[in-house]
Amino acid sequence: MTKTDTALSLAAAITCAIAVSAPAHAAGDMEKCYGVALAGQNDCAAGPGTTCAGTSTMDYQGNSWKYVPAGTCVTMETPKGMGSLEAMDS
Amino acid sequence: MPAHRDFAQAFRQGLGTGRLPPGLTAPAPEEAARRFAVYRNNVAHGLIQALRARFPAIERLVGPEFFAAMAREFIRACPPDGPILQRWGGAMPSFLQEFPPVRGLPYLADIARIEIARGQAYHAADAEPVPPEKLRAAALKAPDTMRLHLHPSVRILHLACPGGAIWAAQQPGGPPPPPPEDWGPQSVLIARRGWHEVTVTVLAASDAAFTEAILAGKSFAQAVRKAQETGKKFDPVSALSSLLQAGLITGETVIQEGDQGCPT
Amino acid sequence: MLPARPGIGFKPEHFPAIVQTRLDLGFLEVHAENYMGAGGLPHRMLTRLRQDHALSVHGVGLSIGGPDPLNEDHLARLRALCDRYQPESFSEHLAWASHGGEWMHDLLPLPYTGETLDIVCDHIDRVQEVLGRRMLLENPASYVLFEQSDIAETAFLAEVVRRTGCGLLLDINNVFVSCVNHRTDPRAYLADFPLEAVAEIHLAGHATEDLPSGPLLIDDHGAPVAEPVWALYAETVSKLGALPSLIEWDNDLPPFEDLMAEAARAGRILDALPQARHARAS
Repeated sequence: MTKTDTALSLAAAITCAIAVSAPAHAAGDMEKCYGVALAGQNDCAAGPGTTCAGTSTMDYQGNSWKYVPAGTCVTMETPKGMGSLEAMDS
Repeated sequence: MPAHRDFAQAFRQGLGTGRLPPGLTAPAPEEAARRFAVYRNNVAHGLIQALRARFPAIERLVGPEFFAAMAREFIRACPPDGPILQRWGGAMPSFLQEFPPVRGLPYLADIARIEIARGQAYHAADAEPVPPEKLRAAALKAPDTMRLHLHPSVRILHLACPGGAIWAAQQPGGPPPPPPEDWGPQSVLIARRGWHEVTVTVLAASDAAFTEAILAGKSFAQAVRKAQETGKKFDPVSALSSLLQAGLITGETVIQEGDQGCPT
Repeated sequence: MLPARPGIGFKPEHFPAIVQTRLDLGFLEVHAENYMGAGGLPHRMLTRLRQDHALSVHGVGLSIGGPDPLNEDHLARLRALCDRYQPESFSEHLAWASHGGEWMHDLLPLPYTGETLDIVCDHIDRVQEVLGRRMLLENPASYVLFEQSDIAETAFLAEVVRRTGCGLLLDINNVFVSCVNHRTDPRAYLADFPLEAVAEIHLAGHATEDLPSGPLLIDDHGAPVAEPVWALYAETVSKLGALPSLIEWDNDLPPFEDLMAEAARAGRILDALPQARHARAS
């Protein structure tokens, strides 16, 4: 393919892509985001905010240090078996 | 003598060890340790909550109790180094790789990378999608040397595990986790659509190479070649169309002869 | 200046309610550090809110009471935020949060001495110089005392005001929490407080734990304002006249109506002041 052919096909690709793409929509509205976030859906991703208030939730002593993860990873099937990717005989 | 510096140092250390900073007291002095524990607790609780907010999928994967315990270890190893909490946590992937209790879960580091990139995308600068007419005109004028500009939130991650699929499975109402036969490296595109919707999209290797080349400032033609070099099937129309539909193409320029892809 | 009316701390969860209803609200307050990203939803929301409401920017990350020099990058970010949104007020805390490049992200207490007084004044001078505006300094909630403190908190604040020209943010819940924790009289504290410098009031809820010697109150911003705090508030504004009065609620967020009910209660107290009655009559 000559250089001109390539250029033409690139232009065609772009024109074609524009033709098949609906115009980018303004994704949702701001209000929806927080409605959804409150329902536990994790699509806002704001991350941690500031802390300036105290708490009486006791969290500073790791008395209940559990060495074994206990979330959804336990039931996930991996190529090495359930949960872990590590050999089970270790 | 800078007494305040020594005081702050002792207070800071005491938050971890429980040893009271010099001079700390209370109306009933025997209760001083309990009073000091309020600060120890506020700091620990605040930072653990911050990590929960940054890494919700990790928390679901390992469970809340394990997560809190692991967070305490992370806080000790990699405490915040700045006043903006949102920017903290970048060391989580390497921490997870080294943390013995999760040695059997190597994909956690990938999930952490996704969650960090999502946070960055959420706070990335704003940019409007380029009008299709403008793009078409530029494509017809300089198809070989046209360079596309992507939204500042766009990031490509190359993951050792099927992290995109595992992440998706952790979302409420998400799909089931990937079956064992599908385990393998995965590339994902993370981007913000509009004002707030941060998406995680699994990409074919060729599409990832294409997008990465554009991010690196290559021309459209060079990016297509990069994609073809992967040896995988590549359809420029569909790759471009996905970016356009998501509103992630925010501008175009023509690369001048001689500076194609060279860093300036 | 902020309107001398009730305001609320802005929480993104309440954004729909705030923009959908016509609120009787003097102002909104936001934490500066939550608006230091480059773009996206936080700025979008704040820009929208700014159209309808007076704004107070409340910093939590400067570490004004810390031994280290202020973080100049952070000051520049605060400056940019204030330039962008032109808030009616900027305030920070009499507390420290960082040491040796590490940030604890809590408002930690400091001994009140000649040395710390100099440090705090230098830091406030620098903030006011960079921001080009007068800042307000908030009194802390505290759980401990320091033997090395040789200046009372109220005298410390009065001297900071005298030297720097800053104003004060009087957190009445913090006064109550600290005084109960230190077994002192909040009315005596307020009698010694440099009230003439107060330009804003904070009200919030607290939690109570029991120690052998009596209650330990924790400033958790997670409950309605307590009755004794309302009483102190009413007494304070009856002396000072109406002031911008913020309801802070940061943990266990209530339905928006409950938060607004707290703001409305502050509004009724302000409306009942003789000056307010006079203003309405004229």
